[in-house]
Amino acid sequence: MCADLRSTSTYPCYNLPLKLLDELFSLLQRDGFQIIGPTLQDGAIRYEQVHCSNHLICGYVDHQSGGAYHLKSQGDLYFGYTVPQDSWRRHLQRPVETIWRSTRSPAGFDMKEILEPLIQRVFWGVRPCELRAIEIQDQVFLKGNYVEPHYRRQREDLFLVVANCIRATSTCFCTSMGVQPFLKGPENHKNPRFDLVLTELEGRSFLVRTGSSRALTYIQKLGLQEAVPEDLLMEEELSEKVHSDLKKNRGIEQDHLKEIMNSQLESPYWNHVAQRCLSCSNCTLVCPTCFCSTTEDVIGLDENTTERVRRWDSCFDLSHSYIHGGSVRKSVSSRYRQWITHKLVTWDEQFGTPGCVGCGRCITWCPVGIDIREEVKNLKALWLKS
Amino acid sequence: MNATIGLPEVFRIISRSQETQDVFTLEMTPHSARKGDELLFSPGQFNMLYAFGFGDVPISISGDLTQRDRWTHTIRNVGGVTKNLFHLKEGDCLGVRGPFGTSWPTDQNEGEEMVIVCGGLGLVPLRPLLLHLEKHRNHYSSIHLFYGAKSPEDILFTSDLHRWSQSFRVEITVDHVEKDWRGHVGLVTHLFARLQTHLPKTTILICGPDVMMQMASQKFLEMGYASEKIYVSLERNMKCGVGHCGHCQLGRHVICRDGPVFQLNQVFREMNIKEF
Repeated sequence: MCADLRSTSTYPCYNLPLKLLDELFSLLQRDGFQIIGPTLQDGAIRYEQVHCSNHLICGYVDHQSGGAYHLKSQGDLYFGYTVPQDSWRRHLQRPVETIWRSTRSPAGFDMKEILEPLIQRVFWGVRPCELRAIEIQDQVFLKGNYVEPHYRRQREDLFLVVANCIRATSTCFCTSMGVQPFLKGPENHKNPRFDLVLTELEGRSFLVRTGSSRALTYIQKLGLQEAVPEDLLMEEELSEKVHSDLKKNRGIEQDHLKEIMNSQLESPYWNHVAQRCLSCSNCTLVCPTCFCSTTEDVIGLDENTTERVRRWDSCFDLSHSYIHGGSVRKSVSSRYRQWITHKLVTWDEQFGTPGCVGCGRCITWCPVGIDIREEVKNLKALWLKS
Repeated sequence: MNATIGLPEVFRIISRSQETQDVFTLEMTPHSARKGDELLFSPGQFNMLYAFGFGDVPISISGDLTQRDRWTHTIRNVGGVTKNLFHLKEGDCLGVRGPFGTSWPTDQNEGEEMVIVCGGLGLVPLRPLLLHLEKHRNHYSSIHLFYGAKSPEDILFTSDLHRWSQSFRVEITVDHVEKDWRGHVGLVTHLFARLQTHLPKTTILICGPDVMMQMASQKFLEMGYASEKIYVSLERNMKCGVGHCGHCQLGRHVICRDGPVFQLNQVFREMNIKEF
């Protein structure tokens, strides 16, 4: 059965018993890979380096809603949670990084680029929405006229291991943004750019599909058995489960979205949002696609050496739109409008993809629980009225 | 193209001149021999200028297109980085990345009428184009420059203006005046209120503060000029110059990449939304 599926619309699939997990990690490490995976730190999930499967978070389930996040010990799955506050963006576009150094010389000054050494890394447990987010940032940093060398360095040679979602929390709305929570084969994910996709099956094993030839070599080295029909059946059930969870959630209707947003650019409605928005930037800092950065020059005490430091910036910061004479977007309402229209409409016009993957982080981590889906719904109601 | 963003290249200042009290011009050449010796640009483009230890700023190129051995930049001393640039002397070094951005249309049809409107420092990115027009004066059936400055003391490039006025129409207005000024006083939009050119054969280029560009472009539309033939050069916060830092967005446009020069029909709505 599996062979048939393999030949048509899905990737080759195997069963990875949990007891072989550490062997897989060892094989990867022996080839020079550093493994970054979900860990439990101070009561929160963080994507950090792991050396063995014991370091991975296991047996936790999360519940998220507007302005609320609960992580509790439940079950025995590795991937029982949905999406954490942390995102892979931190490992690709560094929150703070020194990008070059300039030193005074008799002739003036010399410039030297600072590029982190290339480390081969495995991202273990990338959610399908997060995979999409990485592709969106690739579009910004690698696919335009100019390539961003620091992002490219972090992105080079990544071994991407996707973990399919087996449940959704109330803030999830990926499907409405055109993102599939469950990857099986080319039919629901064009041009796979991952190496492995995992579906965690009850009974302590993963169903593994491969998306690259290098991934297949690890499968062969481990001597994995092809998945059995029962595995595929369970995979199907889990896929249905997550889809049915998502159906219960509100999404963002894509029909007329551009028209709706463009019609409301000067609406007094933005003041209504601004009354709640604290302009705290949380939504942009947890967002896996946000890419704004600013720079500062740090000069040494001897004034002979200076370093260019780049750090994440946010369109909610007043200084984001500063030009001589003051900031363009002085009001909170104009900054919220910038954020939401960029995410949902103008990003597509700028880079050819929407800027939102429907992970719901901006809803969960908004201290006042502003829900992007609700705001779009309200804007749509205004559009319908006018 | 997919070029990798490089480091600022070290340039040395070969001349510095004071234009007005707070505006100055720097001419600079590469500090060391470089690949492809010529410094090519299109009128309206900008470079990111880096002052050692202070940061960088987007500054339009104000020089002559045909002078390919140097960059010429005219800068107002207005912020942290420009203040630092202000104090640089001949022989000092600075960093340069660029040129970036779109340019004014230069390949006009024979017999086109050119109307140029600028306010304050808006004359700077138009200077390379004006020098080009001057050299090719006979390609155009008419050229009109309308320039508004704060006061007579703030008028830039006075010797250029004087020379240009010999070969085409140059009208200057100022906002404030003390004495000894025999020219216009008031908004630059008043200067072209009675302009009469052949509508389909007129190209209009506008650069200045946001409010001035809004008013001027609105006025030209009311006068019947087509927005596809009107160009504006916009300004926003820029950190990178290559579309990666997110600061210079104007709705669907990333100004450093898609601009700074736009056809009016691409940006008219965006320009007129408050705090956009």
